[in-house]
Amino acid sequence: MKFLVCISVVPDTTTKISFVDGDTKFNTDKVQWILNPYDEWYALVRAIELKEANGGSVTVINVGGADNEQVIRKALAIGADDAIRVDAEPGDPFYVASQIANAAKSGSYDVVMFGKETISYNGSNVGGMTAELLGLPFVSYASKLEMAASTATIEREIEGGKEIVEVNTPFVCSAAKGMAEARIPNMMGIMNAKKKPLNVVAPVSVSNHTTIVKYELPPAKSACKMINPDNMDELVQLLHNEAKVI
Amino acid sequence: MINRYAQSYRGFDYVLLDELLTDEQKAVRDSVRAWVNKSVIPIIEDAAENCAFPEHLVKELGEIGAFGPQIPQEYGGLGVDYNTYGIIMQELERADSGLRSTASVQGSLVMFPIWKYGSEEQKMKYLPALAKGEYLGCFGLTEPNHGSNPQGMETTLKYKDGKYYLNGAKMWITNSPKAGIAVVWAKNDQGEIVGCVVERGMKGFSTPEIHGKWSLRASITGELIFDDVEIPEENILPKAKGLKAPLSCLSSARFGIGWGSLGAAMDCLHVAVEYSKERIQFGKPIGQFQLTQKKLAEMITEVTKGQLLAWRVGCLAAEGKASPAMISMVKRNNVETALTIARDSRQILGGMGITGEFPMMRHMMNLESVITYEGTHDIHLLITGMDLTGLNAFG
Ligand SMILES: Cc1cc2nc3c(=O)[nH]c(=O)nc-3n(C[C@H](O)[C@H](O)[C@H](O)COP(=O)(O)OP(=O)(O)OC[C@H]3O[C@@H](n4cnc5c(N)ncnc54)[C@H](O)[C@@H]3O)c2cc1C
Repeated sequence: MKFLVCISVVPDTTTKISFVDGDTKFNTDKVQWILNPYDEWYALVRAIELKEANGGSVTVINVGGADNEQVIRKALAIGADDAIRVDAEPGDPFYVASQIANAAKSGSYDVVMFGKETISYNGSNVGGMTAELLGLPFVSYASKLEMAASTATIEREIEGGKEIVEVNTPFVCSAAKGMAEARIPNMMGIMNAKKKPLNVVAPVSVSNHTTIVKYELPPAKSACKMINPDNMDELVQLLHNEAKVI
Repeated sequence: MINRYAQSYRGFDYVLLDELLTDEQKAVRDSVRAWVNKSVIPIIEDAAENCAFPEHLVKELGEIGAFGPQIPQEYGGLGVDYNTYGIIMQELERADSGLRSTASVQGSLVMFPIWKYGSEEQKMKYLPALAKGEYLGCFGLTEPNHGSNPQGMETTLKYKDGKYYLNGAKMWITNSPKAGIAVVWAKNDQGEIVGCVVERGMKGFSTPEIHGKWSLRASITGELIFDDVEIPEENILPKAKGLKAPLSCLSSARFGIGWGSLGAAMDCLHVAVEYSKERIQFGKPIGQFQLTQKKLAEMITEVTKGQLLAWRVGCLAAEGKASPAMISMVKRNNVETALTIARDSRQILGGMGITGEFPMMRHMMNLESVITYEGTHDIHLLITGMDLTGLNAFG
């Protein structure tokens, strides 16, 4: 079974978010970059587990510049066999999906996996678009993935319950919390990762379909007001007149 | 109890030292840090409070590769360079000096002498199992009557009727009550210092625990008692003769402590910086007062100087150019830095700083051992003094 796991590189969760160029660009100064947790903890680890159980291979793919290679190596240290980097600035979801679909076409992968979203843009777009471009079925928000020969049984979290889906390979799916447990690469893995192939390929020419016009930060949290529990009238009055919620 | 700032810890890199590290060194740091956050931070405060050695971590330390990473791969190590080893120690000590002590002893004081002075059979017998954390080892140099002056040791390994017998006692031995083997230094019939591997279960060998420590409470310390222990000849390290053999092990461990102590220092500094931005007094965050800023500014400055010193000596060690005196300086300076930072950062937290909700008191108490073992602070001053003047002020 051949797995392709699509990994993106996102700012560390403690990053102070700010924008430059008239709020049109994310300020990357002093940002530490990490593997997108949904891609790493769930999609990648589950692919590796299934490979370890049934044989096969796990390839990771990233669309991005050479700076991303340190993060790609982490995926190899965790246990992926090889990596592809499409040497291009990731544009909008359609641009990225087109690059991945193009690279995936020639690889005859059985399962193409994504995290359910990135923790930076939270778009959840690339998986679905890639599936469409490859003409494959797409199962999103998968919290469990079992494979028996060429049939996968997938559990999806849905509002108030679960949905169980069956799908035959090849297919695309996006992974949510619960699919696997994060793995910490050990030092042997880190040293071996250096020797694994990381192939850099040129992008195909496609144009972005969307442009970001402006970013806005959420309004700053206002100070917390403490009210004496004996003074319910004041609370009601504040909720009514100041917070205007009742 | 879990320090609420633990998960946002990212270390400090004021002069972009990361640019001097290899991608692999950074990856190793991130991995050990992730493991520490997952497996150590949630339990360490209770382990220290209860004086309970977290023995279940021994196997995990082996799995991540923290035991003897500098030993070549053919013997179960990873063959990494000195700074990578130091970085691993830094991440472990950021959690607790006791945890780092367990790893320092296993790697530098047990695996290192077997690798450096042992026979091929000894290496194959012990090193891969020690690297995996299948059992712990310990290192017996200090004795009840001989600490700073190990040359005076009284433990003997004597030959009688075709056999070797070990007699004497060792004191303050990290890991000893849980150790499967002990690398022990003793004087032979000619009065020369030699090393041997003593295995648990050998007749006449016991390892009583030392109780009542207020420092390194999450590490286990004990004695080694040898009452006519018969040592098979194949357990004697063939290439170790003289005090310089155990001292070479200490150089390796001291280098790791030089990096390690900065881990404890940065943990304290991180908590102090975050707390000072949140705690309001006189209507302002206490981090806005000049006296708080002076403390924080001095701390980051000392950490940065310590990092540069450790990194540089690590580079020299990789080229075979680091002298024992240089390593002594790294150990002394960085441990003192860490201890001062633990004290000053505790002050910034006021009353909260004395509780187990934050790590400062624990680090501070731990560092009192770290500034004592592997050569006391004063003994290291004498090493540097002798190096500078050529005059011996020891005895
Ligand atoms: C928690 C812990 C774990 C340890 N683990 C190990 C271990 O695994 N293996 C091991 O072999 N040892 C271990 N040690 C022992 C440690 O290395 C010794 O405690 C240390 O070397 C100091 O020896 P001492 O305690 O006998 O103090 P002493 O040597 O008695 O020193 C007492 C004081 O006198 C000072 N002093 C001594 N000589 C001089 C001098 N010439 N000039 C000026 N001042 C001097 C010292 O600096 C110190 O302040 C451990 C110690 C501790 C506390």
